[in-house]
Amino acid sequence: MSTATEVVTPGPPRPVRRGRTLKRNRETRVAAYLIAPTIVLLAIVIGYPIVTAIIQSFQNDPGLNATTGQFVSGGFAGLSNYAHWLLQQCMDASGNTIACPPGNLGSGFWNAAGVTFFFTVVTVALETAIGTWFAIIMNRTFRGRGLVRAAILVPWAIPTAVTAKLWYFIFSVAGIANSLFQTHILWTSDTWASRFAIIIADTWKTTPFMALLILAGLQLIPEEVYEAARVDGASRWRTFTTITLPLIKPALMVAILFRILDALRMYDLPAILTGGGGGSGNATTTLSILVIKQVRAGYNSASALSTITFIIIFIVAFIFVRVLGTNVVRTQEAQQKGTKA
Amino acid sequence: MKAARLSAIAGMAIAGLVLAGCSSGSGGSGGTDASLTSHGPITYVQGKDNSNVVRPLIDKWNAAHPKEKVTFKEQSDQADQQHDDLVQNFQAKNKNYDVVDVDVVWTAEFAAKGWLQPLEGALAIKTTDLLPATVASATYGGKLYAAPQTSDGGILYYRSDLIKTPPTTWDELMSDCAVAKTAGIDCYAGQYAKYEGLTVNVAEAINTAGGTIVAKDGKTPTLNTPEAKKGLQRLVDAYKNGDIPSAAITYQEEQGRQAFEAGKLLFLRNWPYVYSLAKTDGSSTVKDTFGIAPLPGNGNGPGASSLGGHNAAISVYSQHKATAHDFIEFLESSETQKFFATQGSLAPVIESVYTDPTLVEKLPYLPVLLKSIKSAVPRPVSPFYPAVTTAVQDNAYAAIKGDVTVDKALTDMQAAISAASAGN
Repeated sequence: MSTATEVVTPGPPRPVRRGRTLKRNRETRVAAYLIAPTIVLLAIVIGYPIVTAIIQSFQNDPGLNATTGQFVSGGFAGLSNYAHWLLQQCMDASGNTIACPPGNLGSGFWNAAGVTFFFTVVTVALETAIGTWFAIIMNRTFRGRGLVRAAILVPWAIPTAVTAKLWYFIFSVAGIANSLFQTHILWTSDTWASRFAIIIADTWKTTPFMALLILAGLQLIPEEVYEAARVDGASRWRTFTTITLPLIKPALMVAILFRILDALRMYDLPAILTGGGGGSGNATTTLSILVIKQVRAGYNSASALSTITFIIIFIVAFIFVRVLGTNVVRTQEAQQKGTKA
Repeated sequence: MKAARLSAIAGMAIAGLVLAGCSSGSGGSGGTDASLTSHGPITYVQGKDNSNVVRPLIDKWNAAHPKEKVTFKEQSDQADQQHDDLVQNFQAKNKNYDVVDVDVVWTAEFAAKGWLQPLEGALAIKTTDLLPATVASATYGGKLYAAPQTSDGGILYYRSDLIKTPPTTWDELMSDCAVAKTAGIDCYAGQYAKYEGLTVNVAEAINTAGGTIVAKDGKTPTLNTPEAKKGLQRLVDAYKNGDIPSAAITYQEEQGRQAFEAGKLLFLRNWPYVYSLAKTDGSSTVKDTFGIAPLPGNGNGPGASSLGGHNAAISVYSQHKATAHDFIEFLESSETQKFFATQGSLAPVIESVYTDPTLVEKLPYLPVLLKSIKSAVPRPVSPFYPAVTTAVQDNAYAAIKGDVTVDKALTDMQAAISAASAGN
C-alpha cells in the first residue's frame, strides 16, 4: 500500500514500523494459507451455486417449438425474469406483455413477500418475549431446574417436519384443538386461522432457541449487580428494565438477528402444515415455498426468484446490523470477556 | 484489509464462474442407432416398492434372461422427489436409467424435453388390449412415449343402508342429499384441499360436463366453454349449499376416507384403495353398509374419472433399448398385470384382466373400476403440467370457497395456462 500520499504523511520512526510491518506481512501470509482451504470450500459449496443461479436467472426457461412440440432452449432473457416477479409481467399466447393472471406463480410474489414478513415480525416478536421469560425462569435456582430446562428444550429438539405433522393433526378439523375449545375452525384453510396455526407452531418450536441464547446472556450478569439493586431498593420491574435488559441486549440482538434470517427463509413448517394454502389458496405461501413451486415449473425463473429472495434477506440483515448496531463477532468477543459490547 | 477482503470475494466469484463453466459443457448425442437393437443388462427405476411387487418380478425376469439382467433402482416414496430425481438423471444423461417409471402427469413433460424414446418402429408395443385412456395418458404429439403400466380411477362410495340404487348422474346425486339431511350426516365429498387431488376432482367435474382443460396440443387452454363452466359450477354450488360439507375444503384422500368410515358421509369420491380399508379397518363403522358405483355422469354413461397410475418409459440415453423394450413388454403382459393387481392392489391396464374370476373374487371392486377407467380422461397431457395444475388449483380453490365467481376463476385459469405455455 505505498501511495503518494503516504510519503507526505509524517509517520512514526521508520525502523520500528518496518519491523512491525514485516512481522505483520508474515502473519498475514500464514493466515492466508490457513484460511485458503476454507475459502476454496466456500467457493465450491456457496459461491458456485450462487453464481450459477445468478447466471441462470438471466436465461429464459425453455419454450416449446410449435412444430415439433419439443422444448428448445429459451435464450438470453435480460431482466425479464426479474420483471416477471417484481412487476408481475407475464406473456400471453401471442407474446404481448400482460399482468400475471391469478394461478400463475408470478402473481403470487408480493403476497408471498408480505406473508413472509408478517410471519417474521410476529413470530420473532412473540419468540423474543416468551423466550426472555423462559430464560429468566431457567436462570433461577430452584428444585427441579434441570427438569424445567430439559422440558423447555424439547420442542427445539424435535425435527421441524415432525413438529409440522404434529400440529397438522392438532389443527385438523376433527383434531384436538377444535375438540378442546369446542370450535369448528378450519385451521388449515381459513385465511387468518391458517396463518395463526403457523405462528403458533413456529413459536412453540423456536422459543426454546431464543430462550437458550438469552440464557447464555443472563448467566454472564454478575449476581453482585442485582444485590446492589436490592440494597438500593429497586423494584423488580426496575431491576429488569435497567439491569437485565441492557446487559442481555448484545445476546438478545444476536438471537433476534438469527431468528429473523431464519424466519425469512421459512419453508418446512408451512409447506407441511398447510401446504402454503389457506384463504384463497396462498395465505401461508412464503417466498421459499414459491421458489420450490417454481423450480418444478421452470428453473431459470426460479433462479431469479431465489436471487431476489437472497437480496431481500441480505438487505434486511444489513439494515438490522446497521440500525441496531448488532455486531455478531464483537458481541461474542465481548461476551467472552464478560463485558458489555 | 479492505483490499484483501475484496480480493477474497473476487476469488470466490471467479472460482464460481469457472465451476459454472464446467457444468454447461454438453456431451454427445443420446440415442445412437446401435443402442436401439442392443441387448444387455439394464436398470429399472421406480419409486419405493411398498408392497414388494417389483423385486419378485425382476427376479422372475432375471431367471429367464441371465444375459440381460435387470437391476432395480428404488427411489423415495415421495412423488415430488421421484420427479426431481428423474429430471436430474436425465439432465446428466445418465446411461444407467434405462427403463423409468413415470407418473401419468409427467409423461408429456419428459417427452417434450426429449428424454423419452418414442415407442415406434422396432420398439413399438401392442396397444390394442390396453384401455384407451391409459394409452392417451402416454401419448404426446401423436406419438406413444411410454407404456401404460398401472392405472387408477375414481369410484363413488355410498352408504348402501341409506341408498338403494346409487345415483348415475350428478343431479341424482344432489337430490339424494335429502337422504343425508334426514339421516343427519353430510352428503358428498371428494378431495378439495389445495393440492394435486383438487386438480383431479376439478378435471373430473369439467370432463364429466363435457368440457376440457387443454386442447390436444397440450398448451391451448379450453376453459372458456359453457361445458367447463357447468362442471366447475356444480362443485361451487354444492359447496355453497352445504351438500359438500365445509370441512371438505381441507380434505385429501385420507380425511375423506376417515369421515366416510366414521359414518359421517353419504357419498365419497375416492380411489379403490379405500375399499379394503373400509371393509377391514377396526374404526370403520360402515363395514357392511357401503357399496360402490362408477362416478355419476351427465346423463350419458358414467362420469369421466381422472386417471391415476404410472407409465414405463425408455430413456433416450439407454444403451440397451432392445432389452428395455422386451422388459416393458414383460411388464405389460397379462400375467404381470395380474401380479400387480393381486400383490400390490394396482389397477391393471389390460381390459381382460378385470373380468378374471379369481381376481374379481380377491378384488371385488374391479368391475366398477373398469367402468370408471373405461370412461376416464387423463388429466391434461401437457408439457407444462406443473403450471397447468397450479393454475387449476389456485383458481378452482378460490371459486369453491366463494372468493371469486366461477366466470372469473375460469378466465384466470385460461389466462394462467396461456401464460405458462408462453414461457412463464
